Amino acid sequence: MSEREADVLVLGGGPAGTWAALAAADAGARVVLADKGYCGTSGPTASGGNNLWYVPPDPEARATAVAARFEAGGRLGDRAWMARVVDETYRRVGDLAAWGYPFPSEDGAEVRGSLQGPEYMRRMRRRVHRAGVTILDHHPALRLLVDDRGVAAGASGLARQRDAEPWTVRAAGVVLATGGCAFLSGAFGTNVDTGDGHLMAAELGAELSGMEFSAAYALSPAHGAHTKGLMMQFATYTLGDGTLVDVPDPLGARERIAELLAAGERVFARLDRAPAELREAMRQAQPNYFLPLDKAGIDPFRDRYPVRMVLEGTVRGTGGLRIVGDDCATTVPGLFAAGDVATRELVSGAVSGGGAYNGAWAIASGTFAGRGAARFAAGRGRPHAVPSGGAGPAGGTLDPAAVVAAVQAEVLPLDRNYFRTRDGLRRSLARLDALWRRLSAEGLAGTGRGRLRAREAAALTAHARWAYRAALAREESRGLHRLEDLPLRADLEHRIRVGGLDEPWTVREPPEDPRLAPPPVSRDDAPGALT
Amino acid sequence: MIEVVSAARCVTCDICIRVCPTDVFERGADGVPVIARQGDCQTCFMCEAHCPADALYVAPFADPVPPGSPHADEDVLGAALGEYRRLVGWGGGRTPGSRLDKNHLFTRRLRS
Ligand SMILES: Cc1cc2nc3c(=O)[nH]c(=O)nc-3n(C[C@H](O)[C@H](O)[C@H](O)COP(=O)(O)OP(=O)(O)OC[C@H]3O[C@@H](n4cnc5c(N)ncnc54)[C@H](O)[C@@H]3O)c2cc1C
Ligand code: SF4
Ligand code: SF4
Repeated sequence: MSEREADVLVLGGGPAGTWAALAAADAGARVVLADKGYCGTSGPTASGGNNLWYVPPDPEARATAVAARFEAGGRLGDRAWMARVVDETYRRVGDLAAWGYPFPSEDGAEVRGSLQGPEYMRRMRRRVHRAGVTILDHHPALRLLVDDRGVAAGASGLARQRDAEPWTVRAAGVVLATGGCAFLSGAFGTNVDTGDGHLMAAELGAELSGMEFSAAYALSPAHGAHTKGLMMQFATYTLGDGTLVDVPDPLGARERIAELLAAGERVFARLDRAPAELREAMRQAQPNYFLPLDKAGIDPFRDRYPVRMVLEGTVRGTGGLRIVGDDCATTVPGLFAAGDVATRELVSGAVSGGGAYNGAWAIASGTFAGRGAARFAAGRGRPHAVPSGGAGPAGGTLDPAAVVAAVQAEVLPLDRNYFRTRDGLRRSLARLDALWRRLSAEGLAGTGRGRLRAREAAALTAHARWAYRAALAREESRGLHRLEDLPLRADLEHRIRVGGLDEPWTVREPPEDPRLAPPPVSRDDAPGALT
Repeated sequence: MIEVVSAARCVTCDICIRVCPTDVFERGADGVPVIARQGDCQTCFMCEAHCPADALYVAPFADPVPPGSPHADEDVLGAALGEYRRLVGWGGGRTPGSRLDKNHLFTRRLRS
């Protein structure tokens, strides 16, 4: 049993966690960062890289960027938050440059809008280490600690490369940065993101928001799980017999291709619209799109290769823990959330933040949360802490692998999650709720490192239930949420909160500006009646 | 998925064991890592990037290759081991791949 104390504990060491650790250390806090995997390689930023929402401080350019994003996000975003995120991202990327990140140049000037994942995260780790932060790799957190007033006070978990030895870190402020949840779909880099943080927080009563915007799927060559989308702007799509798939524009092709795949068609891509003179630059931009094709002996400019769609859930979807303060405070005192574990509706509204906004959000929210947790910790004595939360840690009999498979059967298929129907959602929820009841009654099997798998299985189940409950509460199609052929409804221009474990609930949230509020609702439509 | 650990090249530095985000490797009795939990591999290529000896090969497939596949045969693969490390530009005398990053050309095309 290892025991440690810190001012601030950061859970997760992707971009959000590392920026949080740096900000907290910079504010004078003693910081411990614990990652399930390895800080520096773990999570989809490390393996995939990030294009960023990067806008230099030209007031007009920024105002335009924010306004455009607000509309693109189905008007569920928050313009003040967007402006803060743009500004903070710009500054922090400036730090990266000052620390020597090797940016490319164009016409003699550095271009700073893209970060190559392995390079970025290796440097973040080094920086965090130099800031005096204690890094605990392969230390998944399994549950949070609370004091006798319900204030977050640390976490405990197991050290999976040390015979699953239990560990505890007591801390006066806690930052959750455990990423989103891609339901172990295999999308490269995302299998560490199983929604553990959401579950731990929900066990303390944390609320979530935007969980209906969780049906993010991405295209990958069918043989692998390399879901990089940018190069698909040059794709031509065909069916098995060579028939051209007619799509509005190659990047907007996703929905049409999802339809075809859901109908059992095989769909092929070829990057034959790429001008010859750009092909070398394409490889330099995204080596990890081309490497898996090269290795498989496919020349994507010449050969047709089959594609599939892989679920990325709330990694490139939007929902997560609800944020209630500028410091990324959650609804649990002492608990701050950054990156994908938090809702990204503030910057993305109803659409995906992948491709620019999520990366910026991770940097900015990480910084806000790290500072916030340090400030909170400074005003608090060392808490007396006890573990909270029960789903998973106590041993039981259910096989975690079977639970994961059962959840995946509800969330991976395109015809259940991408193309949602009310009946389908209700049926899925009935099965998922029954699964949760069994999981609570019988417990999950697993000893030693198997306890992590148990916990992940519980986290996936909870995640799916929040996602589908919120989806049922939004009786329209908006952004990532496609419900039958229901059109967008002006009176649903508000966020939906969701929470609870044994008794999940949903409730509507007032929109950003009261003047944009929907007309008053009738009683049976009122908050609380949506479940 | 990870398919090859080359005992001939491996310098038993344990780096892959540490950096694999999903904890796929175990240290073998001779110090050479063994692929202990291939089913947990998420084909992220991070081990291939970090191995200083170009001793690893991550096949591009989301499932294990069948027996006899060239993707599990070190002799056939040869120079393909450590390919991602070359692309990332790590190792003596290489330029970081990020210096050659051209993403801006492609995000710009989308905006225009
Ligand atoms: C293929 C792909 C490409 C993308 N490209 C872009 C892009 O170009 N631009 C963009 O803006 N966004 C992009 N995204 C999204 C972006 O990668 C994520 O938004 C970003 O990684 C989120 O950072 P994070 O730190 O919150 O989470 P992550 O990077 O997922 O890191 C979470 C960390 O928490 C750890 N963890 C998980 N559970 C626990 C636990 N129980 N205890 C301790 N630690 C735990 C994990 O090991 C991991 O290190 C892409 C996503 C994918 C999948
Ligand atoms: S990183 Fe490479 S050299 Fe080091 S132990 Fe692993 S395979 Fe061997
Ligand atoms: S490819 Fe990624 S998940 Fe697979 S063994 Fe290498 S580092 Fe681990």
